[in-house]
Amino acid sequence: MAKRRLIDRLPVLHQLRQSVGLQRGMLVAGLVLTALFLLCAILAPWIAPYSYSQLSDANGNFGAQQPPSAQHLLGTTVGGYDVLSRTIWGAQTALYVVIVAIVLSVFIGILLGLVSGYLGGWVDRVLVVIADAIYAFPTLLLAIVVAIAISGGQSKMWSGIMAAAASITVVFIPQYFRVVRAEVVRIKSEAFVESAKVIGATTPRVMFRHVLRNATRTLPLIVTLNASEAISTLAALGFLGFGIEPTSAAEWGYDLNKSISDVAAGIWWTAIPPGIAIVITILGVTLIGESLNDLADPRLRARRRSTAKSTPADAVAASQPASREFMGEVE
Amino acid sequence: MASVTNPAVEIRDLDITFSTDGGDVHAVRDVSLDVRPGEVLAIVGESGSGKTVTARSILGLLPETATTRGAVVLDGVDVVGLSRDRLRDVRGTKAAMIFQEPSTALNPVYTVGWQLAEGLRAHGKYSRAQAKAKAIEMLARVGIPEPERRVSDYPHQFSGGQKQRIVIAMALALEPAVILADEPTTALDVTVQAEILDLLRRLRDETGTAIVLITHNMGVVADLADRVAVMLNGELVETAPVAEIFAAPAHEYTKKLLAAVPRVEIVDRPLPQGADVAAAPVVEAQGLVIEYPGRLGSPTFRAVHAIDFSIKPGEVLGLVGESGSGKTTIGRALAGLTPVADGSLRVLGTEMNGVKERQFRARRKELGFVFQDPATSFNPLLTIAECVAEPLIVHGGARNAEAARDKVDELLEAVQLPKAFGDRYPHELSGGQRQRASLARALALDPKLLIADEPTSALDVSVQARVLDLFGELQDRFGFATLFITHDLAVVDMLAHRVIVLHKGRIAEEGPTARVLGDPQDDYTRKLLASLPVPDPVEQAARRAAWTAQRG
Repeated sequence: MAKRRLIDRLPVLHQLRQSVGLQRGMLVAGLVLTALFLLCAILAPWIAPYSYSQLSDANGNFGAQQPPSAQHLLGTTVGGYDVLSRTIWGAQTALYVVIVAIVLSVFIGILLGLVSGYLGGWVDRVLVVIADAIYAFPTLLLAIVVAIAISGGQSKMWSGIMAAAASITVVFIPQYFRVVRAEVVRIKSEAFVESAKVIGATTPRVMFRHVLRNATRTLPLIVTLNASEAISTLAALGFLGFGIEPTSAAEWGYDLNKSISDVAAGIWWTAIPPGIAIVITILGVTLIGESLNDLADPRLRARRRSTAKSTPADAVAASQPASREFMGEVE
Repeated sequence: MASVTNPAVEIRDLDITFSTDGGDVHAVRDVSLDVRPGEVLAIVGESGSGKTVTARSILGLLPETATTRGAVVLDGVDVVGLSRDRLRDVRGTKAAMIFQEPSTALNPVYTVGWQLAEGLRAHGKYSRAQAKAKAIEMLARVGIPEPERRVSDYPHQFSGGQKQRIVIAMALALEPAVILADEPTTALDVTVQAEILDLLRRLRDETGTAIVLITHNMGVVADLADRVAVMLNGELVETAPVAEIFAAPAHEYTKKLLAAVPRVEIVDRPLPQGADVAAAPVVEAQGLVIEYPGRLGSPTFRAVHAIDFSIKPGEVLGLVGESGSGKTTIGRALAGLTPVADGSLRVLGTEMNGVKERQFRARRKELGFVFQDPATSFNPLLTIAECVAEPLIVHGGARNAEAARDKVDELLEAVQLPKAFGDRYPHELSGGQRQRASLARALALDPKLLIADEPTSALDVSVQARVLDLFGELQDRFGFATLFITHDLAVVDMLAHRVIVLHKGRIAEEGPTARVLGDPQDDYTRKLLASLPVPDPVEQAARRAAWTAQRG
């Protein structure tokens, strides 16, 4: 049997080729929205008309709450910033937070889950109790406490990103821990793990070579779902005033907060762009996560209906290896 | 009973295609069959031959990915393309199903009486009291003792055989024209199997319902079937009365299938050359007790009660017993997977009672283990070569899988697998190929002791024959001692030098294979042998008569 082609083995591309109908539509929509987000984040310095903290150009000050015009396609905020630029730069901040939060929580969560699930005993019990205790804590309150502890509330770009990421990490670790632990406990009793034990493999070898890789199957789904949660937590922190100062980085939540008074005054252009940016980003990532989830489960996966008349020869070949063996395939 | 000219089920040019990730799979091709009232039609074939799909199409029980063409006429109604509502009417009243695993076919949170009544009330002719009365009547009919009391028991309060009786009662409740029995006895012990087959035959005689029996066990076919349909790769290769199939199979495939069925022939297998009978035993158990700790408040469960046995170098010891007899537990204790509670168990010179993994690890290279299910005993993310190389790497013979590749190729050749299979992943191999790779892994370090836990029970009969042949050959060549755990007496007969029959954690009988199987002294061994259906309808009829007489 030939190795699968590269295009079939790449994670998301493989699912894209496999999907049909509504599931494919969801996945494509998610991919397009997420690509838009990523492009904005990476190309912000080039596509944004101004910098996120720019208040004036060669023609003098921008002026506050200016309506959309040729100079400012989406107008300016109450603080005198260009709305379009702030919205584009905000994608970059959001991307940083997502990456830092997920990198931190994935590694710690997987390691703890693996150790806890495989070794069991009192280590397992203590870790499970701690994870449950963190679950019981309101996420946002925890995030606020962490943000204050790290940065004293207001902050520069990286300390603000780290504060948001760290607070999200604390909440996410138990999720990864739980999922990996449950998988490890299931896999621990599978015959191939027992066969490794019978061979005489040491405990770390069994854990990392045989259990770990089999336990991480569902993680891509949680990663995508958590990415959207990270973005909404960052926005909520910014909205509540625990975010990043406008001179350090652009942040959607902060801009939303500052635009509250504008809404009553009939100034729509300061609130809607960052709001739509948050919705589109979260929607895109969530769509990918949900459709990956459906596609990963053969029972939920839709397939092309077989065409009535065709009897392809490869379907014959794909039928039963057991019977082929009987007919003497291996001699 | 309907007239003979009017079949209970008539399948015409049935063609079923599944759409899967790997393209379309043509599971059933132009199959035409009919089943007359009061007839037992057995559909036999290997896994994947389309026998279950064919039978399920009668009830419209196919997944949404299936495309069906042709006609399935069930008591005058064509069920292909029938709407859901119409199908619901047909199910239960015209056709019913008996499932393979009785413990999963019953809902654990309802009483069996409720579940029986559910089927009756779904077709809307019964009041609550009538339904209960009917449920009691049905339970009595399938031989559940004290049906008035037991009707309000839950499924877990019944044994496996009783659960299967209840499933049969549910299938029969609405007096369907045809019952589909999908491997109805595969999950059951051989003594229970004999009783269930007897029940099915009796019910068929009483009610005149037709039975479509799907099985891979030729003994069951010989025992129960009137006519046999043989399927291969989705095609029907042969249909004939049961006596004719066994006496004079017409198709090449049927001949091969029948030749592969292991039979109890009672021959003593000679010990391999160079086996030293006087040498110290590889395994010696004295007063071996194995217990499983109970949950909080319940007592410990004693799986093995103070047994003595030994395995000499180069000897194959067959360990036979029904489920729950403790045979797998003993195998696991030998491999250090289950702790020994009391007594002494010496494996390769190490005392296993209270052994630390650290002390035993060095001995592990002299021990191989072949697991029951080849599908789960390989790490799905490693290639076959990497899996087989594991023991070589762990015990320091090789640094990584590439360095061990020469040795791995040699091992694959020894188990008759092409070298190229080393680069495949486990799921790309068939069950028999995987089990041979499993044997290669177990033999990688040239062990002195091999533990084989039901190595062929998950395989098709033709594949099983090849794996067993190969096993016998390798055992002759390498001369390792073996503990061969199985529930199949015919398999033991082929391979073992000595047999131990286990019954509820105690040794019922022990001795050379030919003596135990040919002249059993113990009542339990005799019952076990008598229950085993023989793949020969004439002989099986005689055995059945003797079995019935013995039960009184």
